[in-house]
Amino acid sequence: MRDRMSGNEAVAFAMKQIDPDVMGAFPITPSTEIPQYFSKYIADGEVHTEFVAVESEHSAMSTCIGASAAGARAITATSSAGLAYMWELLYVAASSRLPIVMAVVNRALTGPININNDHSDSMGCRDSGWIQIYAENNQEVYDNYIQAMPIAEHCRLPIMICQDGFITSHAVENIELLEDDKVRSFVGEYDPEHYLLKKDEPLAVGPYGISPYYMEIKKAQAEAMKESRARIYEVAEAFAKMSGRSYGMIEEYMMDDADFAVVLIGSSAGTAKAAARGLREAGVKAGVVKVRVFRPFPWEELRDALRGVKAAAVMDKSEGFSGWGGPLFAETRAALYDLEESARPLLQSLVYGLGGRDVTVSTFEAIYEDLARTAKAGTVEHVYRHVGVRGDEEGIQG
Amino acid sequence: MTYKLKDELNKKERFAQGHRLCAGCGAGVAVSAVLRALDEEDRAVVSNATSCLEVSTFIYPDTAYEDSYIHSAFENAAAMTGGVETAYRVLKKCGKIDENFKFICFGGDGGTYDIGLQSLSGAMERGHDMVYVCYDNEAYMNTGIQRSSATPRFADATTTPVGTKSYGKTQNKKDLTAIIAAHGVPYAAQTTMLGNFRDIHEKAHRAIYTEGPCFLNVLAPCPRGWRYEMDDLAEICRLAVDTCVWPLYEVVNGKWHLTYEPRTKLPISDFLEKQGRFAHMFRPGNEWMIEDAQQYVDEKWEQLLAKCE
Repeated sequence: MRDRMSGNEAVAFAMKQIDPDVMGAFPITPSTEIPQYFSKYIADGEVHTEFVAVESEHSAMSTCIGASAAGARAITATSSAGLAYMWELLYVAASSRLPIVMAVVNRALTGPININNDHSDSMGCRDSGWIQIYAENNQEVYDNYIQAMPIAEHCRLPIMICQDGFITSHAVENIELLEDDKVRSFVGEYDPEHYLLKKDEPLAVGPYGISPYYMEIKKAQAEAMKESRARIYEVAEAFAKMSGRSYGMIEEYMMDDADFAVVLIGSSAGTAKAAARGLREAGVKAGVVKVRVFRPFPWEELRDALRGVKAAAVMDKSEGFSGWGGPLFAETRAALYDLEESARPLLQSLVYGLGGRDVTVSTFEAIYEDLARTAKAGTVEHVYRHVGVRGDEEGIQG
Repeated sequence: MTYKLKDELNKKERFAQGHRLCAGCGAGVAVSAVLRALDEEDRAVVSNATSCLEVSTFIYPDTAYEDSYIHSAFENAAAMTGGVETAYRVLKKCGKIDENFKFICFGGDGGTYDIGLQSLSGAMERGHDMVYVCYDNEAYMNTGIQRSSATPRFADATTTPVGTKSYGKTQNKKDLTAIIAAHGVPYAAQTTMLGNFRDIHEKAHRAIYTEGPCFLNVLAPCPRGWRYEMDDLAEICRLAVDTCVWPLYEVVNGKWHLTYEPRTKLPISDFLEKQGRFAHMFRPGNEWMIEDAQQYVDEKWEQLLAKCE
């Protein structure tokens, strides 16, 4: 079914097709529309979901934890400070192995307050034990959402389906929707093995985990996260069969023979692809690696994609304040450690797009130009740089 | 049905022995009393805010609860319980569950008066069919007797220690029961463990079996924090009530009812002198402290009497 929708509406529409049991949510720009659209579906009797209009995001996640442990399919949506307010409970949800599905509409964290897009919110909680899947456009966020429950419920891990605030959440694009019955049979019924309300089988959730047990619980989570990779592929394959649209851990664009590559997450990948296409016409072997799944980290895929590339920029839409580049850079660089030296690209960290700072095709052209210079020089002059910052002589302007 | 403690005690315990709460602790006694008020055929999901109670009753892999149980954090117990209750309503509506479940959440005064007040207020306002039970031991006992907004004025706590320039906590206790009653909940009450436990039993039963969000505030003394002999738990509760420091009342659909009026209202010093946390009030020169405390209790008592019909 062809339609046109904003990213927020696409997510809400996917939620409607799935018809979950409980939604707990609190409004925050730019994700507010998701619970709004969804409330209208409830008001019109299109879903059986109970919406709990909580007084905070902390209570939204607490509601989801209670509902999910009780045996319900529980969802929420948030952004930025709302996600930060949930922080403590993200770890609880993951360690309690509750497959909660959260739509994250990425927005800068406050300091100073800013409502526009970057990835500092979900990057901040990257180690909380949630699977994280990011989207480039409205179609992808819809498709990712449909795949969320089959992944999360199988792995018994919570999952974030992320999209870029305003850039995709509010922009209206053409979209290919699936039929309701197809979605319903793809996602299936939620039938957990253990839950609080199970007949004749009381369950206790959320113990005091003393030292002799705590680490076993953490290791079990870590194993589940490692194994989720296979499930993500399995679900993507089934999804491709149904929809004709294929997904992996990463997407490689013009990478087969690329000399220069950018590695990045989310909507800017589209802009990067446009720049790479243009440069290819001019004979520059430019390529793009888009990271779709950040948790679990696609280290094998990145290692293989970047093998033999001359120079690459790993682009973070969040500041890690490590003094040594953003989180995607740090982990990508670690993934390349095992490559033989001749196949290992010169690598640099570019922090870009913070608080909605625009990146255009010409920004990417400047980046590729810089990568070519780096390759020619055979060395990375500045490993850690920023893009488009006024008066920043070490940075990249474009 | 007439209440008989012996019959109640013959019911199967829902709160098992062997938990790690201290001897002389009011919290465990409060929990077993409240859970006894569940009708035997009904199931429950018991929930906790992080607290002494939580870390002493569900230490992996042992649980003291015969019913299903959930804990997730300190400040969110009411919202989390609301989530469980919402799931129950949905799953029941879909025919996935046919038994009756009740939802009873316990938090200490730290998790209720203070860090969890927003979550509690939200859950009460939204009208979840649940009972929130605050076991009020008047300080953050789990972390080592720091003051809370439930700590009474003059109490010696580790963040309001008595010293040459300090007489203990300077502020009076927050009136949480009135705050929750002001939400317009169908039932809110104050109780504690007295005599044959009829008061706490009947209030708990009423809270559990009144539809909608209900609140019980249970004074639950702590021998470590209040510094009394562990054998004296019952006497401390009795003195709190007979001095009107902890009046027993209920607010039913907005109507206030006193449920106990002491035959002789005892002087507050009877309550204070049993507890080490108030010992400095009895030192020469500190008589004004006892007078102030008495005056405050008298004023609050008069205000309460005026509200009750």
